[in-house]
Amino acid sequence: MLTLERRPQPSRTWSAVAPVLAVVITMIAGGAMFAALGQDPVEAIRTIFWEPLFGEFASYYRPQLLVKAAPLILIAIGLALGFRANIWNIGAEGQYIIGALTGAGVGLAFYPAESMLIFPLMVLAGALGGWAWAMIPGLLKVRFGTNEILVSLMLVYVAEQLLAKMALGLLRNPEGRGFPGSRNLRDYPSAHNAELFANTGIHWGVVAALIAVIFAYILLTRHVLGFHIRLAGQAPRAARFAGVAPARLTLICLGLSGALAGLAGLFEVAGPAGQVSIDFNVGYGFTAIIVAFLGRLHPVGILLAGLLMALTYIGGETAESNLGLPAAAIQMFQGMLLFFLLAVDMLTHFRLRWKTAEVA
Amino acid sequence: MTLTRILGAAALTLGLALPALAQDKTKVGFIYVGPVGDGGWTYEHDQGRLAVEEHFGDQVETVFRESVPEGADAERAITQMALQGADLIFTTSFGFMDATMAVAQKFPDVKFEHATGFKTADNVSVYSARFYEGRAIQGHIAGKMTESNIIGYIASFPIPEVIRGINAAYIHARKVNPEVEFKVIWAYTWFDPPKEADAATALIDQGADVILQHTDSTAPQAAAEKAGDVITFGQASDMAEYKPTPRVSSIIDNWAPYYIARTQAVIDGTWESTETWDGIAPGMVEIGEITDAVPADVREEALAMIEAIAAGEYHPFTGPLNKQDGTPWLADGEVADDATLLGMDFFVEGLTAEIPN
Amino acid sequence: MDLSAINPTLLLASLIVASTPILLAAIGELVVERAGVLNLGVEGMMITGAICGFAIAVNTGSPFVGFVAAALGGAVLALLFGFLTQFALANQVASGLALTLFGLGLSALLGQGYQGIKPPPTRALDIPVLSDLPIVGPILFSHDLMVYLALALVAAVWAMLKYTRLGLILRAVGENHDAAHALGYKVVRVRLLAILFGGACAGLGGAYLSLVRVPQWTEGMTAGYGWIALALVVFASWKAGRVLLGAWLFGGISVLQLNLQPTGIPIPAEYLSMSPYLITILVLVIMSGDKSRAPGSLGRMFHASE
Repeated sequence: MLTLERRPQPSRTWSAVAPVLAVVITMIAGGAMFAALGQDPVEAIRTIFWEPLFGEFASYYRPQLLVKAAPLILIAIGLALGFRANIWNIGAEGQYIIGALTGAGVGLAFYPAESMLIFPLMVLAGALGGWAWAMIPGLLKVRFGTNEILVSLMLVYVAEQLLAKMALGLLRNPEGRGFPGSRNLRDYPSAHNAELFANTGIHWGVVAALIAVIFAYILLTRHVLGFHIRLAGQAPRAARFAGVAPARLTLICLGLSGALAGLAGLFEVAGPAGQVSIDFNVGYGFTAIIVAFLGRLHPVGILLAGLLMALTYIGGETAESNLGLPAAAIQMFQGMLLFFLLAVDMLTHFRLRWKTAEVA
Repeated sequence: MTLTRILGAAALTLGLALPALAQDKTKVGFIYVGPVGDGGWTYEHDQGRLAVEEHFGDQVETVFRESVPEGADAERAITQMALQGADLIFTTSFGFMDATMAVAQKFPDVKFEHATGFKTADNVSVYSARFYEGRAIQGHIAGKMTESNIIGYIASFPIPEVIRGINAAYIHARKVNPEVEFKVIWAYTWFDPPKEADAATALIDQGADVILQHTDSTAPQAAAEKAGDVITFGQASDMAEYKPTPRVSSIIDNWAPYYIARTQAVIDGTWESTETWDGIAPGMVEIGEITDAVPADVREEALAMIEAIAAGEYHPFTGPLNKQDGTPWLADGEVADDATLLGMDFFVEGLTAEIPN
Repeated sequence: MDLSAINPTLLLASLIVASTPILLAAIGELVVERAGVLNLGVEGMMITGAICGFAIAVNTGSPFVGFVAAALGGAVLALLFGFLTQFALANQVASGLALTLFGLGLSALLGQGYQGIKPPPTRALDIPVLSDLPIVGPILFSHDLMVYLALALVAAVWAMLKYTRLGLILRAVGENHDAAHALGYKVVRVRLLAILFGGACAGLGGAYLSLVRVPQWTEGMTAGYGWIALALVVFASWKAGRVLLGAWLFGGISVLQLNLQPTGIPIPAEYLSMSPYLITILVLVIMSGDKSRAPGSLGRMFHASE
């Protein structure tokens, strides 16, 4: 019978081949689904994977991929640090919202003063906001042993209510004729996270995401904290003997992931989104969890996974408007891709063996 | 920066190449905030799109994107449509306002139509419907038909649009029934069927026998049907499956005539930036069939009121009216101006509920 | 402020209805987690159940057949998760999230053409004598069959975990899968069964929304209830009886806050909207003194290497 056998060491070949294989399988299965929906499968797949990269308007889409991937990568990097240490922050969506609120709040408080210092202050406030929101589950866990998965998740809903309240109340644009939503930060140069290269849309968040990848890589491979994180995840007892204080590690990991999520929120609200509105958050905090795992909790992997995710979003959107595919089909296609990526990933750690039954 | 220059040049070429792409067929794009199957707001916009297709046949091609999140994603979706040669793009949610303005600036040759907003440009029009006219009719029927004198109102968010609706309904309910009381629940959502069902049940449990809703699902209708002896009104779409009771009438958003007219204007080359706020008269706000559950005399009065509003003889916000705190707002016979209505952030006198801020 | 407008009897009756979907989904997930598997795809399975149940009920005219189909639909989706995590040994957190994404898409596709249709009514049981009792009657004895089924399920799971051999095996597998394996229990098989059960329960919970509580089909109608169900399991510290308490508490506060709004209570509406989540956190903190903890092998992958 077919059995799995653990490889002594993860296969380097397979870890490179597996994602490609998964994408190919998804193309076949997804193509079948599109065909079932009465679409030309080849055209649909081509539109999703080819159009954004090499199609007619690739010069617009390519930088957009970075813009879409940036918040995902930024959040996923932070989450991955915690996940490696078995600290489960599921509420990055809430920290993202709060970071956007505090960051935009600081910026709007200075309106209409112009100063070079305003944007850096907003960045700081955004990171602090996300950090503080993540400290709630952190402190409750350390002090009372409360489960951080649940608290961080519940706080997402609370943050959403706060967002609605702010968009309708304190941060509402006084010149917005009573409609919800803050002033648009695009019209306030000092607070605007403007594009760095003309017509690309690339903003400071993209830069921050790249820095976060490098920073996390160094942290995990070269720094004692990274060693502690890995140790706590793989061998909690050994970690304790090695002098790792679990409480401290919990606070550090939750704090870092919260701060990065908050940063992502700030860059998004001050840049591409432009304003605080009731429906500002679109689920990056949850998608980033998937990105973190797709990237195998490794900074470089996360970078690639984030870009792949962004490609399916943007390619999927193109397919929707060019071919009239329903949004649901694209959502399902993404689900499929994730399934296959996860399923094929086992080939990195295991090999399939055809084995005749043995007598033990 | 060579990279910048190349990208910039590419974008410029794209912009210039655009008009050449769209020659024979006129391409009309629609950006929706919800799924076309929401049975309410987005569904009705999509009905308008289908009407455009039917009206123009081969002359026009339509494209749409559903469930587009507001913010950055909306800007990309609109850009995408403009890049692909759309000549006219309808963005059908308030939250798309700034994204529409930003894209419109980059594509001066494409025409944009933004629903429910207030920012315009040479190539951006705004359009919205005077739903409060329909609310006035509902208020009248509700005031006449309530026996408990308690009317439940499921409100979404405290924004002018919703506040206007509550005021219009209340004024006309009180006019025919001075005893009437409005109980308002702010659901803080446009669309959350279970929550809407709970809100309706809560209002019914507290004695309401009429439920008005400014959220988009039919869940409150179902809750009313289950409770029995409660009447409701369809919102955004007809919700005809709940006829003849609990749904006794409805407000239907009918965008088709406007969409057809604006598409025609683009084809003819006569399109100009306009601000449209249409009501019952041009058919943008339609009152769904008033069922037999409504007594004949009440129905006659309601129909007469529809007539009067359509003919421009009657305005639902006509003085004397005071604000909730008792300060005078409109003198006897005075009619509210559009600016005040558009930014309405206060209740009228008599309402006991409060606007959260 | 006029609190007299709130009728406590009706409030309690709607509390029980409001809590049924999350109760069903949560009791299923509890069994899954007791077997040592963390399936975060509850939302996806719930909404798949919601559309399967709705479509089949509409086509057959029978809500009962609809509920059966919903359980099957949820279980089939759960099987996908089971395959990924038990055979392909994929990470459970990521697989669960992917399942949610997939389920939301799948249900929207399946549901095209089912909007704006009324499902066949699921009638409330009319229990002679008991339904007519004052106060107790409307609160406890005037609901549909699913409400009682959900309660029975909670009792059954509680008894199963506590008194039966099956429960013992399930707990053994969840606490320490290597030891369970060494004792000769089929870890993967037990877990797969638990996952299927969890999927079926989530499907039922979804169908309760689309067939009874709302009742209609709309895309995304579960609106986060799957996540609440997940939270309830942790909240209940993996104990069946506490899931019931948690579901009533959450359902109760959700209903109560809506009831409080029109009374003019001087608490802003948006804080009332947050209250179910805040109070859940608060209760959680109070209860975290309790030493019961998560199953030992929760979320860890198992591979029987010889």
